[in-house]
Amino acid sequence: MPNSTEKAGIQKDSSQLRQKKMLAEHFTRLAHAPETGEKSAYTFVPGNMTELLLSFDILPVLPEINALQSAMRGKTKDYIAVAEKLGHSEDVCTYVKSDVGMLKTGNVGPTGERLPEPDLLLLSYTGCFTFMKWFEILREEYHCPVVMIHVPYQGEGQITDSMRQYVVDQIRQKLIPTLEKITGKRYDEDRLKECLARSARAEDDLVWVLQSAKNRPSPIDAYFGGVYYIGPIFSSFRGTEDAIEYYQALRSEIEESIRLGKGPMTPDGELTEERYRIVVEGPPNWTNFREFWKMFADEGAVVVASTYTKVGGVYDFGFRHDPSRPIETLAEYCMGCYTNLNLPSRVDMLASYVRDYRADGFLINSVKSCNSFSAGQLHILREVENRVGKPGGFIESDLVDPRYFSAANIKNRLESYFQMIEQKRLGGGEAA
Amino acid sequence: MNYHVGIDLGSTTTKAVILGETGPILGRGITNSRSNYDVACQIVLSEALINTRFSLVESELDRAGVEDTRKAQLLAELGRKFRMQQYLAQLRALEEDLTELLQRIHPSGFLPSVQKILSRMHDEAAGLFAEGATRKSDFFRDLAGSRYLKLAEAESLENKEVRFDYLVGLFDKAILEVENSPSAAGTFEAHAEAALAQMSEADESLQGAVERVMDIELKQVGSVGTGYGRQRLPFPEGQIRSEILCHGLGAHAMFSTTRTVLDIGGQDTKAIQVDEQGIVTSFQMNDRCAAGCGRYLGYIADEMNLGLHELGPLARDSRRPVRINSTCTVFAGAELRERLSLGEKREDILAGLHRAIILRAMSLLARSGGVKNEFTFTGGVAKNPAAVDALKKLVSENYGCDIKINISPDSIYTGALGAALFASRESRRASQAATSN
Repeated sequence: MPNSTEKAGIQKDSSQLRQKKMLAEHFTRLAHAPETGEKSAYTFVPGNMTELLLSFDILPVLPEINALQSAMRGKTKDYIAVAEKLGHSEDVCTYVKSDVGMLKTGNVGPTGERLPEPDLLLLSYTGCFTFMKWFEILREEYHCPVVMIHVPYQGEGQITDSMRQYVVDQIRQKLIPTLEKITGKRYDEDRLKECLARSARAEDDLVWVLQSAKNRPSPIDAYFGGVYYIGPIFSSFRGTEDAIEYYQALRSEIEESIRLGKGPMTPDGELTEERYRIVVEGPPNWTNFREFWKMFADEGAVVVASTYTKVGGVYDFGFRHDPSRPIETLAEYCMGCYTNLNLPSRVDMLASYVRDYRADGFLINSVKSCNSFSAGQLHILREVENRVGKPGGFIESDLVDPRYFSAANIKNRLESYFQMIEQKRLGGGEAA
Repeated sequence: MNYHVGIDLGSTTTKAVILGETGPILGRGITNSRSNYDVACQIVLSEALINTRFSLVESELDRAGVEDTRKAQLLAELGRKFRMQQYLAQLRALEEDLTELLQRIHPSGFLPSVQKILSRMHDEAAGLFAEGATRKSDFFRDLAGSRYLKLAEAESLENKEVRFDYLVGLFDKAILEVENSPSAAGTFEAHAEAALAQMSEADESLQGAVERVMDIELKQVGSVGTGYGRQRLPFPEGQIRSEILCHGLGAHAMFSTTRTVLDIGGQDTKAIQVDEQGIVTSFQMNDRCAAGCGRYLGYIADEMNLGLHELGPLARDSRRPVRINSTCTVFAGAELRERLSLGEKREDILAGLHRAIILRAMSLLARSGGVKNEFTFTGGVAKNPAAVDALKKLVSENYGCDIKINISPDSIYTGALGAALFASRESRRASQAATSN
């Protein structure tokens, strides 16, 4: 979910310029919040309750997005060093250390402007245990109110009524009263419903955009390009008119690409020959994002579907925010995030992607930082291989710690993986 | 005669395999040149072509009906004489380079000493290549280096004016030129006649075979490169393959019912699964660091002041292997000293270290899909008997004793063989495409 299109070196379409402007305006509002009196809440992408915050006029700040943007700007090496100097172990999630390092060196955000101190720390997804510890650390710094909503894991592969009610109760009994107290405003359900209706419209267009990769050639890269597309909806803009307009504009551009039979943009321009269609599981590496992307693009590999673009909401299997059930829909959203799904559900999802997007194989980028993602990935690899009969690949890197990106090793594995697909295509009788 | 070549640029050595048009392996070459990749490729190709001509001589002797024992004797003697000629040619090149260096850097004093050393080395050459003589390495750097150092030490003791470290420095500079020059080693054509002339008795059939082979024109019609640094190989991009695919195919060519391949090289360990055609279906590699790879054993050998080849046999003497968990190459020395300070025996520590390396490989194997029958072990570490023992034991414990473990004496050439097979396959595909057009 980067906002720096220059870093990625991709051509700026009007949708991208629009996104950049939206983000710039958002960060300027944040920078001036101490003077304007606008309230802010630090919260995380998975399970974020942006519509509820917006209905109280609270500005969201997303620390893990700040961390990944810091990585793309080459800042995380120093930020992590600062955090390690403070005693955070080398094994701690590098998003956390980057955030702590940023905080300790002026809390300057991705647009170069200072971020406000939070009026609330809102954790509405507990599938990641580190999130809890992260906010405990921030609480020590900011001494502001904290709301932690416990979100049950979908261990049985579904959301039951009691699970839903459990989260609804926490929102009603804990979160809403806190938001009322912080802002001095009454909870306005009609306003929330309006936001949720706008969310659903933007979600429809996002799903259309991501599913456009079913075309041959795919007009988009659903991983490296996908992280730009999910930016607005996964961060501060879900439920806004801006988001609706952004996704409409993006959709029009992609419709045009399909009409012209164009391939996706890459760091070196349009990909003209689609040689491999790949499904990717796991987050990208952010410190060497462009280099990593080029390793795919140089081989003519296009990512046609990815699970990472579902961390802030799995919309392509039908979920939409439903304004007629405002709190229930937020509760379902929290529990439906990708990393809150159990392993069989993740296997089902990957297998369906490989089939529906006519992929040549699927690849796991296992990151050192994130156990929510990485635990069980080898099991997923074998299961999906067995189900779809397509070759699986496995590479390892990290989110924002540049020490864990070994370009030679990753390139070696990726090239081997793509050549393996090629050999499989050529088939038997050729090998000896 | 047309041939295909596969070249594998490893982190320690560069290997080449030459295949004839119909598929058999004609020649192999290996070099430890640490110069740039272009030079390493030239040297290794030149070595493999010499080896190819030797196999052609063998075919000629077969054709001439020479009986097997006699043929083996003739080829072995010709080989020794040839290597000696090659060694002498390289010595001459070394002398030229040393003389040139001395004239440039040390105009006086050292030249007589250096000439004396080289003259003795020249005289010793016949003994080095005599029947039954053993050599720890056939690389010119190692062979000439060990003799030069010994003689230089004696010379510096004899002549106080000549410092040993100066002599060593001179050698280190001059050897680079020699070992990186394919012309210094020469070709089959350059040394074959001299080698023939040195044979203990003239043999007409051998003479005829060598002459006929010298007339054969060897023409390269396809090449594929692999290994680390393959991006910088002097081949077009389409002729470069991943070493994982090459090792898979090479292992399949050596042992056709191989399903799992483990390759432990200098800086990486690869666990590979292949199908019945030798096509890779899954693989896992060590990530980010070279813990538990060949280089780790290299550090241990250095720490213990031993040769790499001595580690395995020493570890085999162990009665109570020490349990070691860390295979971090960087901490290898510290781990070793810690164990020694605790009073552990060297052989017990070494046995523990070998087991630790193989345990790490077992984890990669498990991640790649396990060990299936048959299982082929390749790479430099496959030559280490203690590593092989540990592997056999752990495979049997984890996957049962029915797994057949293959280790070829030529396992170091597995990647190059796979690359050569890819080259041959490409040519076949190109000619089929040309025919169908």
